[in-house]
Amino acid sequence: MTIESVEDFRLRARDWLADNMPKKPLSAERGLTQDDAEWARARELQQILHAGGFAGLCFPKEYGGQGLDREYQDAFTEESVPYEMPLLLNVPSLSICSPTILDMGSEEQKKERISRAISGEEVLCQFLSEPSGGSNLAGVLTRAERDGDSWVINGSKIWSTSAYAADYALCLTRTDWDAPKHRGLTMFLIKVHQPGVELNRMAMVNGSSEFCQEFFDDLVVPASAVVGEVNDGWTVATQQLYYEREAVGGASRYTSGVGNANGGFRPATTLPELARELGLEKEPWVRELVAASEVHHTVQEHLIPYVSAAVQEGRLPGVAMSLARLFHAETDWLEYDAGFEIAGGAGVSHGDDDLAGQWAKHYLMRQGASLGGGSSEMSRNIISERLLKMPREQADDKDIPFREVRQGR
Amino acid sequence: MEISAEQRLFRETNAEFVQEQASVPAVRELYRRGAAFDRGWWSTATELGWTSLLVPEEFGGGSASGEGVTDLVSVAGLLGAHVSPGPLNTVSTVIAGVVHAASGGDHVELLESLMAGDTIATWAAVGVSPAWSPLAPGVTATPAGDGWTLDGIASRVEFAVESDVFLVSAKTATGVIEVLVDAHAPGVSVTSTGSVDFVRTFGDVSFSAVHVPATSLVAAEAAAAEIIAHQTRIANLLQVAEAVGAIGRVFEFTVQWGFDRFSFGRPLVSYQALKHRYADDFLWLEASRAILGAATAAVQSGGEEAQKLVSAAKSYVGDRGVQIVQDCVQLHGGLGVTMDHDLNVYLRRVMLARQLYGTPREHREVIAGLIGI
Repeated sequence: MTIESVEDFRLRARDWLADNMPKKPLSAERGLTQDDAEWARARELQQILHAGGFAGLCFPKEYGGQGLDREYQDAFTEESVPYEMPLLLNVPSLSICSPTILDMGSEEQKKERISRAISGEEVLCQFLSEPSGGSNLAGVLTRAERDGDSWVINGSKIWSTSAYAADYALCLTRTDWDAPKHRGLTMFLIKVHQPGVELNRMAMVNGSSEFCQEFFDDLVVPASAVVGEVNDGWTVATQQLYYEREAVGGASRYTSGVGNANGGFRPATTLPELARELGLEKEPWVRELVAASEVHHTVQEHLIPYVSAAVQEGRLPGVAMSLARLFHAETDWLEYDAGFEIAGGAGVSHGDDDLAGQWAKHYLMRQGASLGGGSSEMSRNIISERLLKMPREQADDKDIPFREVRQGR
Repeated sequence: MEISAEQRLFRETNAEFVQEQASVPAVRELYRRGAAFDRGWWSTATELGWTSLLVPEEFGGGSASGEGVTDLVSVAGLLGAHVSPGPLNTVSTVIAGVVHAASGGDHVELLESLMAGDTIATWAAVGVSPAWSPLAPGVTATPAGDGWTLDGIASRVEFAVESDVFLVSAKTATGVIEVLVDAHAPGVSVTSTGSVDFVRTFGDVSFSAVHVPATSLVAAEAAAAEIIAHQTRIANLLQVAEAVGAIGRVFEFTVQWGFDRFSFGRPLVSYQALKHRYADDFLWLEASRAILGAATAAVQSGGEEAQKLVSAAKSYVGDRGVQIVQDCVQLHGGLGVTMDHDLNVYLRRVMLARQLYGTPREHREVIAGLIGI
């Protein structure tokens, strides 16, 4: 059998897309919440891609993918621009959870979970952060205890994006309290909706409810739910974080289509649109603010591939994606501050159906990008310690049994 | 960014030459003597090919890699890292204008002389108004015979005193023209106006009934406006490259300082408050490098995005450049504001790069126009 060239593949994809995928809706405006209908729609679109043999292009064939190289996915994504794509499934289901399972999971987990994520039957999410602290991931307190052939899980997870719409979750737990903090962890692949799991959607200040919190009360899971080895969960989590940085940095081969669906926080309009709506676009101070934001966006657009290339060439280590992460927070600050400034009094005296009101509402969530995925302060620690090789901050939880680590209240 | 074997060799040779002959001690020595640069040294420098990079092969120039803009940017970055002397930016900007014009072939002799380092040229672009407005220059051209008569003042002219030829932007009744004028032509007078930099000099050039023959024309009207825009892009790109080279070097020795300097029995870089400052400075430096690379590639390929990317680079690096150096001054403590410390030599150069050929704010206005508001 001869291998189809990228260009032949592209042409075949172009024809297939034209015949099978719906065109992107004209109004690309999105609400703040992604309701059940949007998720049902994403699964439906993924099933169409799957039926046509255009889903999971870079996953191996034995797990439901197409076993193709990155160039094929890039070509497909380019061709998909005019069409409605299941963007909601890209992060974390296809680009973080599935590749982690591919690398670390059992044969059964790979066969069942990856193939169903690719076919659109199931969605995967992550149970990582905990209420006790978001940035100190290896300090998780959720406990899993062996009980015969099963494990019993108790504790709580938080900041799990879109968990309400997911079927299975990668859940990091502590299984050995006598080991130092990184060495007593175990990763499980568990069903999201089942007895023993209580899931709440969190109401954010800008009206979004994408984040969830889960409580585990004597949740019983089988031994087959362990991902990787017992007490080696940190290895799995490290892999997850790697794929997360890749996905967030726009460098994943497992995403399909252009755009970020998990952007419920992003304003639906641009600063120039706001300026025009308010008749302020010729004011020098407004032009200065709008252009300053545009400059930052432009620099960011070029910083991401620059850092990715530096990592690939070995000039910088993989954690250098923290640079893109920290820069993104600055970009958001600049944009949200500009929007709030331009909105003026109209911002705070109007509701959601008014552009100025929308920008003031987004200002409530200004800190979002400097909190999500590890705070900006954590990024600065990583940059100074891992990239500039400066001394690490003192940690009082290293090399001692985790049960002796002091916890706050 | 991928570079070829030729480019690597070119860069290594340049680095060795500049390190030996044009680094900070040489700059301080020139400053002590009250000189901008040594013309003999500049002729030697041009033998490395710096002044040929923007000149097409048909006019005797060229670059081994075929990417003249990219190679020139690498030279500017190197000179920035050493705050080197020399008229690379002004000569390159004039060359960029001349070779870009339809009349380029009429000025091959000048190009050859510029490439050999025998002639120094600079752009007399704007008048005394502090705004960057080369389409409204301070010099007026009135038709006279088959040429023009120039009157008025060009201000903030880099290396005005040291130059042999001025590329003058002058306004006409209907637009602008660009003409080449001999610095010693009757009616031309140059006044030195000083500089914040040790070796980059500036002056006012005044024109009083200066006759310019038709053969001196580079471009007129719409073509001239387009060439002025191109020169502005090249001038800014080289300044940004120089600033990025300078802040890279300043950051490097400031990190070293943080490791070596102890306070309360600990190195400075063990304090989180300072580590976070270093992290921010490093982020801004890398972002500066990223946007410089993007702007360089766009100017090299002549892409549509070139203007936006150069203005974005100037806006970003112009502002962050001085901010990073000032932060490095702060991290050095009082030593950072002494004449003895090299920081001030770098700060002076980065200040120039921010202010000339349009400030960051002026370039943001360009961007506002480009995004349609």
